[in-house]
Amino acid sequence: MSALLPPALGAADLLGLFGHFLMLSLLAVGGAITTAPGMNRYVVVEHQWITDAAFSTSVALAQAAPGPNVLFVAVIGWNVAGPLGALATMTGTLLPSTVLTLYATRWGAARRDTRGMRAFTTGLTPLTIGLLMATGWVLAQPYVRDGLRSTGAIALIAFSVAVMLRTRLSPMWLVAVGAIIGALGGV
Amino acid sequence: MSPSRTDPAPTAPPGSPASPASPAELFFVFNKLALQGFGGVLAVTQRELVERRHWLTRDQFVETLALAQVLPGPNVVNLSLMLGDRFFGLRGAMAALAGMLLVPLVIVLALTVAYAEFSRIPVVSGALRGMGAVAAGLVIATGIRLATTLRSNRLGLPLASGIATLTFVLIAWLRWPLVGVILGLGSLAVAIAWQRWR
Repeated sequence: MSALLPPALGAADLLGLFGHFLMLSLLAVGGAITTAPGMNRYVVVEHQWITDAAFSTSVALAQAAPGPNVLFVAVIGWNVAGPLGALATMTGTLLPSTVLTLYATRWGAARRDTRGMRAFTTGLTPLTIGLLMATGWVLAQPYVRDGLRSTGAIALIAFSVAVMLRTRLSPMWLVAVGAIIGALGGV
Repeated sequence: MSPSRTDPAPTAPPGSPASPASPAELFFVFNKLALQGFGGVLAVTQRELVERRHWLTRDQFVETLALAQVLPGPNVVNLSLMLGDRFFGLRGAMAALAGMLLVPLVIVLALTVAYAEFSRIPVVSGALRGMGAVAAGLVIATGIRLATTLRSNRLGLPLASGIATLTFVLIAWLRWPLVGVILGLGSLAVAIAWQRWR
């Protein structure tokens, strides 16, 4: 990964990068991670700015760091073209969805008590909960499927769920426990 | 919806017992959330805003999240914008967004630069695995806690939990595309809810 010295990219390429992420932003229904395959196609396959491995590492790095997972977009941009690359991918990703969300929120808030809005939120709430459980499931897969250490991983996941449901402890402490157990080779 | 500038008290969402005092408080609270969110911020956001600060009820949180998930863009970023806008209009939305993104952005880029050094140490990759497993548990726990809101869902508990289960199976096991599930099953659920709301 060329993290320390990202390649210089011309203005036209930077604009193309920005434009492509602008378009992907509007397709990102259900979270930015759902457009990762589209980003991969553009920066790895079409333009070969970074390798496939560097792309995957970018996603993993952002997930391990504190903050929203969408920051993987900035890491990809940085690896492609340094600070300007990160600026291009992040603003491209955030601009359209931010404007749309603000308009949709206000439109919806003004109609909060209409039958249509109530039906909309009532109907979508069960899907939201199903999606949350599915996200947890998908995130757990790499650890649970790892034959040698799966018992430890399942125990750690179950422990995290139990502590979250039964105490008011900040999740940060659980993550710290996970880091220690993982560093000792328990997961 | 956005309070006038002379309005001394922020407009709290109806039914929520507490609210932030200023956009600056929003910024700091969301910044604190983001910095605690390893492997995703949703779990810690729900815990801090609903269970601890009572800025929203569980029902309000899950409703806002439903919208944030349907709209394009990162869920947690959409959620921050919507909650910020709810309390202080555009200024609130920008304060929440900046709180959620600014400091974590600097950290993740610093980590990117340092990554080549870190990754060679097995203790570090092990720690990352442990944090990843806990992050998965946190999301599952958030789903379980928010599932309690299904009891008051107008669709009725059996139907609502049936839809939630079907969504889980389609996405997690069958790996159907999200857009299709939301458009198909989502439209169906909204149509049934529309019928129930006479």
